[in-house]
Amino acid sequence: MNRYRKVLAGLLAAAGLSLFVATAKADPPAGAPASLKIAVVAFLSGPASGPFGIPARNAADVWIEKINREGGIGGIKVIPVFTDEAGPADKVVTEFRRLALEEKVAAVVGYISSANCLAVAPVADELKELTVFGDCGTARVFEEGKHAYVFRTNAHTVIDSLGAARYLLAMKPDVKTIAGINQDYAWGRDSWEIFQRSMRQLKPGVQVVDVLWPKIFAGDYSTEISKLLVEKPDVVFTSFWGSDLVTFSRQAKARGLVEQSIVLVNNTGSDIKDIPATVLIGSRGPGPIAPPDVEKDPLHQEFIQLYKAKYGLAPNNYIAHGAYHFTQALQGLKVAYESAIKKAGRWPTTEEVAAALAYSTFDSPAGIIQMAIGNGHQAIEPAPFAVIKQDPAIGAHVFTEIRSFPAACVNPPDGMKSLDWIDRGFPGAKC
Amino acid sequence: MRLLLVVLLDGLAYAAWLFLVSAGLTFTYGVLRVLNLAHGNLYALGAYLGATLLLHYAASGSEVAATLGLLLLAAVIIGILAGPLIERVFLRRVYSRDEEVQLLLTFAISLILEDVTKLIWGVTPVVADMPYTSFGSVRLGGISYPWYPFLLVGVALGLAGFLWFVVTHTRLGKVLAAVIADREVSATLGIHVPRVYTFAFTAGAILAALGGALTAPMFSLVPGIGADVLVISFAVIAIGGLGSIGGAAVGSVVVGLARSAAVYFFPELDLFTIYLIMTLVLLFRPQGLFGEIEIRRI
Repeated sequence: MNRYRKVLAGLLAAAGLSLFVATAKADPPAGAPASLKIAVVAFLSGPASGPFGIPARNAADVWIEKINREGGIGGIKVIPVFTDEAGPADKVVTEFRRLALEEKVAAVVGYISSANCLAVAPVADELKELTVFGDCGTARVFEEGKHAYVFRTNAHTVIDSLGAARYLLAMKPDVKTIAGINQDYAWGRDSWEIFQRSMRQLKPGVQVVDVLWPKIFAGDYSTEISKLLVEKPDVVFTSFWGSDLVTFSRQAKARGLVEQSIVLVNNTGSDIKDIPATVLIGSRGPGPIAPPDVEKDPLHQEFIQLYKAKYGLAPNNYIAHGAYHFTQALQGLKVAYESAIKKAGRWPTTEEVAAALAYSTFDSPAGIIQMAIGNGHQAIEPAPFAVIKQDPAIGAHVFTEIRSFPAACVNPPDGMKSLDWIDRGFPGAKC
Repeated sequence: MRLLLVVLLDGLAYAAWLFLVSAGLTFTYGVLRVLNLAHGNLYALGAYLGATLLLHYAASGSEVAATLGLLLLAAVIIGILAGPLIERVFLRRVYSRDEEVQLLLTFAISLILEDVTKLIWGVTPVVADMPYTSFGSVRLGGISYPWYPFLLVGVALGLAGFLWFVVTHTRLGKVLAAVIADREVSATLGIHVPRVYTFAFTAGAILAALGGALTAPMFSLVPGIGADVLVISFAVIAIGGLGSIGGAAVGSVVVGLARSAAVYFFPELDLFTIYLIMTLVLLFRPQGLFGEIEIRRI
């Protein structure tokens, strides 16, 4: 009898435990899929893969692993579909259609090239495919059109060049002459336009002494550097990235341009270990250059640890901004899905997730992200800038003189076009 | 006057680089009559291996001769490994085929070599600029120039002289001239034409890799650098005349000086200048400045 009681008690305990385990793991919402396929699109080949694409892909990888370890999105496991962004825009659009129609992904995250974002946005609306741009910069996406199914969870390019102008004036208020050297394509032209218009507003009377337009990946900048040495501007502004930034800044250092003029880069488009100390540099949103509040954010620290554990990092823990931007996109999606599930009480439709993401605010490895402009589809972020310096203690380059301009200081208000805002003297800016 | 001196110096330094990267392309075409679209990839392989050797074996205080020796070694290794392999395994099968087939084949080889480069060196920029930064600098026209680009001017002049001497004053040069003139007749005269082709392609590959290796200290290396070099090299040899070493030298000087002047006086026309010159030359002299009109054999 005693033995019978013990067995019965054991069975009851086991049944109770299994019931507890079953209730502890929340049931997926009604109508939930078995898994949530999310496409992650980044440059996995070509010149943009090293500075942007591969770190972004790796970041998405570790962040999706983290999301899955913590129960997935709304209790559903996320399955990434990594895709190469390389190729002309028409190929990228074809690949987007394949992801939506054949892979049947629930959402597409990514795109680094502005041209690709502009090409994909209307197709995303046409296919009603939830798409969260992960890094591309052009402000035109939401300033020249409305896209119901498209979001961008990182700030657009205006903060790069307006932030550069504000940082320059904070560091050298008496600047008199500026020169520009930018790649001769949309990114270079847009960056210079925003920078020089901002400078004219912020420091009337500043003189532009030279504007140079080498082709992208020209390789050698000796002639341009000679000319800048002859012109002697106070400041040389550039939006170079990747190998162009590395080559230009090292040639500039070897020839004394970095000592003669302030070299100001609007965006950390390369690994800082290859850029000489004393160069002034920005990052599109906090992340690589982390102001104190972001530095303390648990998600920021967790991201660095996860990335370091799987892919390794230099002693300065530098990760390119594209990597942070991809985690922002995934965080935005997660928060939007879970908010929409809570509201609907079941697995939400694409439209319900989109509605939840619009005008949302969420935490990320780059700090708090506000989907504040572009009808709630475009994020605003602060603009951190810094000076690169060598830290002998760790034997690597680090950021110093960090200054972060608030999001409301470097982003236009909702409904206003960036260039109009700059030309009108930044109405409503809170600096 | 001072500005003109600076324009001239920058133009000559750029011209030297252009000649170094285009000599191999025009040499290969001159002998084999094959436009090698994998030229840029051989350049990239030479650059990457040159940078690797510099990073491993050259200290910042290395002497000029030791550094140049390492870069030359990189070029020879790439040329000897890749040249015979590509010529004997692939090109040999298409000499009698249409030019389109030859172009497609070398394009395919180019894609393969691009991936090989990425497999070996990855996608992160490789920087090995010790010679560029450590060989010292000189003040000319009131501004600072590193010695390294002027060293390349010397190397380019030496290479041009060496190629001219080989082609015009050696038995090998006469053999090459005979094969270029008529491969069938050369074969009947006892010249081992396939061996000459292998030698010529390997020499072209070494030249391509040498251009890359000597460039490595000046640029950061990333995937895709070969494609840009192929385009600019093609413009230079189209101006000078396909297959002409002298043409490549003159084309390099014309393009180098024109681009330098454009940067100083019309920066908006920087890239356009090169292709404007190419267009004008091809309009009035389709065979290039030093090219010869070839009678098509049926």
